Amino acid sequence: MAVTPIAQTPGALARFLDGDVWYSFRSSPTAIVAAVIAFVCIFCSVFAPWVAPHNPFDLATLDLSDARLPPAWVDGGKGQYLLGTDDQGRDILSGLMYGARISLLVGFASVLLSMVVGVGLGLLSGFVGGSVDAFIMRVCDVMLSFPSILIALLIDGVGRAIFPDAHETLAFGVLIFAIALTGWVHYARMVRGSTLVERHKEYVQAARVIGVSPWRIMVRHVLPNVLGPVLVLATIQVAAAILTEATLSFLGVGVPPTSPSLGTLIRIGNDFLFSGEWWITIFPGAMLVLIALSVNLLGDWLRDALNPRLR
Amino acid sequence: MLAFILRRLAQAIVVMLSVAFIAFMLFQYVGDPVTSLLGQDATLEQRTQLRRDLGLDAPFPVQFSRFVGNAVQGEFGLSLRQGRKVSALIAERFPATLELALLAALIALGVGIPAGVYSALRRGRFGSQLTMTLSLLGVSLPTFLIGILLILLFSVMLKWLPSFGRGDVVTLGAWTTGFLTVDGWKHLVLPAITLSVFQLALILRLVRSEMLEVLRTDYIKFARARGLRDQAVYFGHALKNTLVPVITITGLQLGSLIAFAIITETVFQWPGMGFLFIQAVQFADIPVMAAYLCLIALIFVIVNLIVDLLYFAVDPRLRIERASGH
Amino acid sequence: MSNAPLLEVRHLRVEFPTRRGTLLALDDISFSIDPGEVLGVVGESGAGKSLTGAAIIGLLEPPGRIAGGEILLEGQRIDNLPYDQMRAIRGRRIGAIFQDPLTSLNPLYTVGRQLIETIRTHLPVGEQDARARAIRLLQETGIPAPEARIDQYPHQFSGGMRQRVVIALALAAEPKLIVADEPTTALDVSIQAQIISLLRRLCKEHGAAVMLVTHDMGVIAETCDRVAVLYAGRVAEIGPVRSVIHQPRHPYTSGLMGSIPAMDEDREQLLQIDGAMPRLHAIPPGCAFNPRCPQATDRCRRERPDLMDAGATRAACWQVSVPAPGA
Repeated sequence: MAVTPIAQTPGALARFLDGDVWYSFRSSPTAIVAAVIAFVCIFCSVFAPWVAPHNPFDLATLDLSDARLPPAWVDGGKGQYLLGTDDQGRDILSGLMYGARISLLVGFASVLLSMVVGVGLGLLSGFVGGSVDAFIMRVCDVMLSFPSILIALLIDGVGRAIFPDAHETLAFGVLIFAIALTGWVHYARMVRGSTLVERHKEYVQAARVIGVSPWRIMVRHVLPNVLGPVLVLATIQVAAAILTEATLSFLGVGVPPTSPSLGTLIRIGNDFLFSGEWWITIFPGAMLVLIALSVNLLGDWLRDALNPRLR
Repeated sequence: MLAFILRRLAQAIVVMLSVAFIAFMLFQYVGDPVTSLLGQDATLEQRTQLRRDLGLDAPFPVQFSRFVGNAVQGEFGLSLRQGRKVSALIAERFPATLELALLAALIALGVGIPAGVYSALRRGRFGSQLTMTLSLLGVSLPTFLIGILLILLFSVMLKWLPSFGRGDVVTLGAWTTGFLTVDGWKHLVLPAITLSVFQLALILRLVRSEMLEVLRTDYIKFARARGLRDQAVYFGHALKNTLVPVITITGLQLGSLIAFAIITETVFQWPGMGFLFIQAVQFADIPVMAAYLCLIALIFVIVNLIVDLLYFAVDPRLRIERASGH
Repeated sequence: MSNAPLLEVRHLRVEFPTRRGTLLALDDISFSIDPGEVLGVVGESGAGKSLTGAAIIGLLEPPGRIAGGEILLEGQRIDNLPYDQMRAIRGRRIGAIFQDPLTSLNPLYTVGRQLIETIRTHLPVGEQDARARAIRLLQETGIPAPEARIDQYPHQFSGGMRQRVVIALALAAEPKLIVADEPTTALDVSIQAQIISLLRRLCKEHGAAVMLVTHDMGVIAETCDRVAVLYAGRVAEIGPVRSVIHQPRHPYTSGLMGSIPAMDEDREQLLQIDGAMPRLHAIPPGCAFNPRCPQATDRCRRERPDLMDAGATRAACWQVSVPAPGA
């Protein structure tokens, strides 16, 4: 490769496309497949009202005579219900899309919340130091020693006890808060570590002497450095959050029954397992796994792509 | 070394106290302690009397210390849902959960560690890539779905194994065990596998990445440069260095198995503490929730302590002081 | 010396396939080491010194690979041996010492265990015999109270002591050649001299030759019989140490020697060579040094010079008069 003339620095997009990250993506078939699958799932769920063939929540469109139909390729199935119907005549395929919508909503919202809280607390902890830092780290230690599912269950249970007749939005809020609480610790630790490293560098000392506000320093210098690992963590946590929400909904303590997520659908379908109507639970399950798997694969690839030592 | 143990004990007590504090807050402000002791149908006079008797008008620190005192003895009052003593309920169900968790832990370790080592050593080969893909699947499949799939395959379609309950159990004093009957084992298989999958996948990936790190170190390079046999390099040196940091994380994960059992027990209707806890959450049965929380915290703290001691025993850098010399 | 050389490297090429093309890290390197001789390999960072050592002991990190040439140990080719045969040679016939004593030893095993393991892998001796040998080795490398210290862990030794243990480990199976890659760079200056003279003395006593890779000319001057100067993956000059230092024939070597500050000279400024060593993907045609060379001609820019006879040394430079017969 010839030596590049230093005439003009290419724009940010051009640099990205020439960079190692994009190259790593292009040459990894799993990453590409995962990205496509994830994109399709997200697209279908976000645009569910327009993409789904039926609306399973519009009671007027339901026909009980179409209940318990197997998938279209099995004897007795009907073409218009590609993946079959449940005991109320609701189309499984449409249910998948609407359900995924709820699952993804809760997943992303909780990760966003935990990221904001975690990064913020990490910055605070690393920069201010002292007893604030010690306290936050102790809290992290205690929280880390508890499994996420327990924390989520606890918050949810307490929420139920405090607000017995919860409004739907409140129920969602409690759920998102519960899941977010299980994840913020990892961001906090990571960001705190980086902040500590940066804080002792001379340019930070100099900036403080001049009077630049510490927050400005942190945002302009620490955040860009830590963005990569935080993104990797966020990706993997989205998958974990979606699975946690599904688990909670399956256990009956997640989303309210009026807005079923994939977990709720699986729980409903579970009752029909023994009577042979396997599709009611398997297809939502497959969708859930597909989403989680593709997001996990992307997270794995991203971590390897951003790891300088593996290049 | 003594200082180390004392420090860890102090930390453990802090953790237990904070958990007790949270449980206490639950009791005081979320649940109604009078209701939890007398049940739902007490009269107003009974309640007021009890309030005075219990000293619920006493200052906060007094109440808290009384709570802790009770908790240490295992006294958590009555379950709101069932009206029975919480301690009795938990004691009844503890063996079921513990046996399940132990078996799952054995499976996770027994399969996870060798598989992780294999996929690190045979990196790039098909078997290794397959293992990695399966492990990724393992962390992408929610536990309850694994349980459902196993039930579908082995109970509904093949009709080989049962899908709920513990089967025939043998009572040994205060303990009930499913390990002594064939029927008990049949009932244990599916739930134990379900519970172990997630931890297995995590352990596998952890062991693999640790081992790959170790294989890149200078001392492994030097060992190869000295002409040591592959077996000595991999299983004598690399493996030991890999397992030492893995011990801590694995120990903590296995502790969390007891909590993860909640899901598995629900899917398989396993009569353990986890199932009890879920019902408590659904019903807002605060005393049971609080008791479960304290018990889990205790188990965690004990597991943490054991893991720390193990680490100490295995890594000479912690045991022996650094010497100065030239 | 009339004996056949112990080690011969002939036209060695090492390449690294990368996504931007294949980089040639070592380009036609040739030299030899006689039994018992100490050859220094000196050059800047990135010149290819450590790679040469790694190629010789067969531990090139993938994706690096040997793309051409031969390496012969006592007349036998070792660059194309199957893994198991090469493994038997490592430690037994060629020993290695690496730069950082802190990370060269496994922290979880005692020093004794690591020594005994190495001894018993290559020599047919029992546990007790191996232990006795190990204690003797520790003693030779100047570790006090070896019977006690043999059961200690690496973290209980200081940096200099650890490097002595590393030397003991390298000599444990009585190899004929030691490849020492920057053995003193990570040590305190005060300890460096001790370790270097220890290495020199022990190798003489055990009859082992040494290939000493370093960027420190002082060490080379003290210790080596001959020296090879590497530049951009090629040998610039090779010859007896006195000749290379006092009568360098290659412009790069002259520049190197000139830039070393001397105690007995008065100088205003440190002398330096203009420019920098080219990166692997931007090596100029012809002689790799030509952009920085004050004596470069057109021929230097077009044709790459092989090592040529330049009196006491051999240098890869067109300005040297007589081409060596049959390089």
